[in-house]
Amino acid sequence: MSITFVMCSLLIAGGLAWFAEGVKANSARYVALLLVLIISVYFVFALIMTNSSADYNQLHLLVRVAWINRFNIEYALAIDYLSIVLVSLTLFLSLICILVSWHEIKEKVGFYYFNLLASIAGIIGVFTAVDMFLFFFFWEVMLLPMTALIAIWGHENKHFAAIKFFIFTQVSSLLMLVAIIAMAAVHFKQTGQLSFFYQDWLALDLPLSLAQYLMLGFFIAFAVKLPSVPVHSWLPDAHTQAPTAGSVLLAGVLLKTGAYGLIRFVLQLFPEASLNFAPFAATLGVVSILYGAKMAFAQQDLKRLVAYSSISHMGFVMLALFSFNAIAYQGAILTLVAHGLSSAALFSLAGMIYSRIHSRNLMNMGGFWQNAPRMGGFALVFAAAAFGLPGLANFVAEFLSLVGAYQVYPLLTIFAALGLIGSAIYGMVLFQNSFQGRFQASLPAPEKSLFKDLSTRELLVCSALVSLLVVIGFYPNLVLTFFQTADIALVNHNLAGAVQ
Amino acid sequence: MSESITVTLLALLPVYPLVSFVLLISFAKRLSWHVAATISVGAMVLSALSSFVVIEQLSVDVPVITAHLWLWFTLSSSEQVNISFYLDGLAAVMICVVTGIGLLIHIFAAAYMREDANFTRFMAYMNLFIVAMLILVLADNLVLLYLGWEGVGLCSFLLIGFWYHEKANVLAARKAFIVTRVGDTAMAIGLFMIFKEIGQLTIIDVNESARALWVVGDSQPYWIALLLLGGAVGKSAQLPLQTWLPDAMAGPTPVSALIHAATMVTAGVYLIARMHGIFLLAPEVMTYVAWLGALTLLLAGVAALTQTDIKRVLAYSTMSQIGYMMLSLGAGAFSAGVFHLMTHAFFKALLFLTAGAIILALHHQQNLFKMGGLLKRLPLETTLFSIGLVCLMALPGSSGFFSKEAIIAQLFSSTTAGPLLWFCAIVGALLTSIYSCRLFFLAFMGNARFETSLQPSSSKLLRFSLVALAILSIIGGVFENVLMVSLAPVFIAAPVIEILNEPTWLHSVAIATPFVGILFSWFYFAKYRVVSDVKIVENSSGLARFCRQGLGFDSLYTWLLVKPYCALAKLNRKDIFDQLLMLNAWYVSLCHDVLTSSQNGKLRWYVAAIGLTTLLLLLTLLLTVNVGEVSMEAS
Repeated sequence: MSITFVMCSLLIAGGLAWFAEGVKANSARYVALLLVLIISVYFVFALIMTNSSADYNQLHLLVRVAWINRFNIEYALAIDYLSIVLVSLTLFLSLICILVSWHEIKEKVGFYYFNLLASIAGIIGVFTAVDMFLFFFFWEVMLLPMTALIAIWGHENKHFAAIKFFIFTQVSSLLMLVAIIAMAAVHFKQTGQLSFFYQDWLALDLPLSLAQYLMLGFFIAFAVKLPSVPVHSWLPDAHTQAPTAGSVLLAGVLLKTGAYGLIRFVLQLFPEASLNFAPFAATLGVVSILYGAKMAFAQQDLKRLVAYSSISHMGFVMLALFSFNAIAYQGAILTLVAHGLSSAALFSLAGMIYSRIHSRNLMNMGGFWQNAPRMGGFALVFAAAAFGLPGLANFVAEFLSLVGAYQVYPLLTIFAALGLIGSAIYGMVLFQNSFQGRFQASLPAPEKSLFKDLSTRELLVCSALVSLLVVIGFYPNLVLTFFQTADIALVNHNLAGAVQ
Repeated sequence: MSESITVTLLALLPVYPLVSFVLLISFAKRLSWHVAATISVGAMVLSALSSFVVIEQLSVDVPVITAHLWLWFTLSSSEQVNISFYLDGLAAVMICVVTGIGLLIHIFAAAYMREDANFTRFMAYMNLFIVAMLILVLADNLVLLYLGWEGVGLCSFLLIGFWYHEKANVLAARKAFIVTRVGDTAMAIGLFMIFKEIGQLTIIDVNESARALWVVGDSQPYWIALLLLGGAVGKSAQLPLQTWLPDAMAGPTPVSALIHAATMVTAGVYLIARMHGIFLLAPEVMTYVAWLGALTLLLAGVAALTQTDIKRVLAYSTMSQIGYMMLSLGAGAFSAGVFHLMTHAFFKALLFLTAGAIILALHHQQNLFKMGGLLKRLPLETTLFSIGLVCLMALPGSSGFFSKEAIIAQLFSSTTAGPLLWFCAIVGALLTSIYSCRLFFLAFMGNARFETSLQPSSSKLLRFSLVALAILSIIGGVFENVLMVSLAPVFIAAPVIEILNEPTWLHSVAIATPFVGILFSWFYFAKYRVVSDVKIVENSSGLARFCRQGLGFDSLYTWLLVKPYCALAKLNRKDIFDQLLMLNAWYVSLCHDVLTSSQNGKLRWYVAAIGLTTLLLLLTLLLTVNVGEVSMEAS
């Protein structure tokens, strides 16, 4: 099992795609699709091969070699079930990304696929790095190509959105960098040696007063990425302006790096400080749920609507994680997967509509069901996933999160549950304004007749997403089975750590 | 029959309509009417037959049949949420109604919707609805029940908005979904609370543990029952969440019959009956249930008196009949409530479907004031409709009589209801008979007020299902004993209402009331009844308009909730947090502008700037020196 190999081959695949486009036009997408498919198959096989020999309930160290000796920085990767689930999600969505970019990207095509794959490589690095300097390195690696995706292939206001995205993430990750250096310094103080190695840090004995500040450094960086109200506002702009694949990648996996950071670093490294901070963070989660749902309803831009709904859904993750409850924790993990799929689905849908009518404005939409009943059916399922219809993955995720959170914060959870009404409202607006009603008169005549139903490629994308949503919705143990023992251990570890 | 076959049949119940749904939705318009109708109705036949077979297996020795399908998810080491079906007497009644009435309505719909361009999609939704409804009533735990609960809500939404080109239909669908979602959210919170307090979500365990854990009057069952009631009033269109049901009539008529009369709207009644273990521990909530039922009953009765649309009269009458069921549950007469649920399903489905046949014959005319004189022109429909109305008014001998009597008889002495609620029920019965007569006079008697020629459908399918429903409506009362026997073990915990010291005139009044109503209407609505030259117009006084619009609840909610939410959304469309954060950007660009404008390349500006700055520096210097000297002197 070599994550390094996966990352390197992703980068090489990006390079090859870039090169291939130079040789023959329109070949980049085939190269990218084929190579990512091969890499994914490799990942799955390698996983199955090693599954019997390795215990992924704990972090399983894959590689650990010296990198910058002067500061004792290492190249260290490790995976556990959390990483595995998130990396699998990333690889799956990268296939979706390539498929939705198929006809959309017409300029600098080769370079586009290079950026896409480089960003994915960076994300996989983030999910697996256990040396904190390396983690920070990957954190930046995924950011730069992402910014490029928005800035070069985005919509009308792309430069503003790209800069906003870049500055938000940079400023917040600077805080994290400070916290990382401080942690290394604390390690130096306590053991006489610098270390950026995650598991060394776990063994540190941090005074609570210091831990609180360091925890905040990490927390803010991850809260911006998640994103949580009030530092969410980069997301609607970035989502709206990014090309379809960019939005899919942003919502599907980039946001999950924030949640991953919270689970892996904030909760694990600073259990006591997090527990003290939990009521505040849980409140932020609830505010995000309600505010996101309300803002989603107010939007007229389809992609902005979906972006705000993401904020609302990620609020569930925040609430669930900071409830320190085993059920809620499972809910949080499942929300990551479910939202990854459902938001990717909705953004793909937005891309498909945009490719037909060249507008994202809901006011220009309506009555698409007439010409595109299949697309309407899929849109309905995707919207239903967003408003948590039972039978789809999101319901189980939200239900577990709320049931768990209710054990700890009954009042907050009641407010969070109001998000169910909010999500129904924006879900209705999303689906009904686009597919029901009449065709808008404002739309140019040729586009009405050109509104075609799904092509085979689009059908593939939609049905892949729907089948996963339904399968996980009825059989969530596909994901949850890996977290049944591990998470209870984690929560107990945290609580025990906090009590001591 | 061996046990494993029974279990398999039970597990397969929702599978037939599901398979049909998948087939219809995948092949959509490529299927001809014959194929699509055969598949969808055939699936219902299979479902109905197997449910009758399965119910036959229930007996005193085998009061419950369960079918475990697979583990859904695990909540704690002791509580697993399964996809499992649980069939007892209560669920048996419900699946009979759902599959039996569902089958008849499917047959009717196959004929009624034949000409519609999207016939397959319609039948697919109807099948999907049956799947969700069966899951709802068969669920062995509350989460699975919630799945069915939301599933029927989605199907209801899809079917109300089936003719999605019309803005009004789309809005009605949206309203139905969101209003019921409000109730559903209360119910979801109820589930969270149940799990926190009891640690279980399996229905029988919850009912049993609640009895073991708490005594009557504890605060936990009070809140849980109240939250569950929230879900029930949403789905069953009771006060205060009743506003969506009249608008839901925008859907095709078979939908109104199946979803908004016979099955889905009674899900709230089913939920309360199912969770009676909790409700019995909270007598205050039982009283609330009874009062909500009674108020809805009266409100809907008054609103039905002034409607002009035949389907809206029936919608309000559904609301008011469910009010009776709620009243019955609140009084603790669970079996009577479920009995009325069943007979109501028979006669209300009949009424809606016959109304559909009439509407079809009149070229989609639903306005009562554009009907009239149909008695001779549509004799079959008139007979069928009268049968339905007789049951609705609960005239002696009809199925409605038995079930309504069973309810009213127990109200007076119930500890959670009482004489006042008994009077409400009687007034409700009076209202029912008055609006029924008004409806009958307007539609079937008097002048023919329509211009078009009548086109009654001659479809055999249509007639078959109508006649079958009419027979059920007439003889529905004979099921009383079977029903009470099968429900007895379910509601074994409910105390029997002892009838003590009741005045002797109670029964006579209850039986006489509908006749009083008929007599009153005979004279009061004489102008609707008699053929004459006087043109009849709808009452357009302020009070009538107010009643016609559902007694102002719609405008109340619009002003109280919808407008503020929309205004808030509009006000903050630009996202206040974003604006605050972007102040940073604004500040930076402001500094940028100021500094850029100072570098304008004009020499006299630079000279002036240098001069002014030097002056400023000198002044500062002088002042600080002076201040320094003064302070030195002072010290």
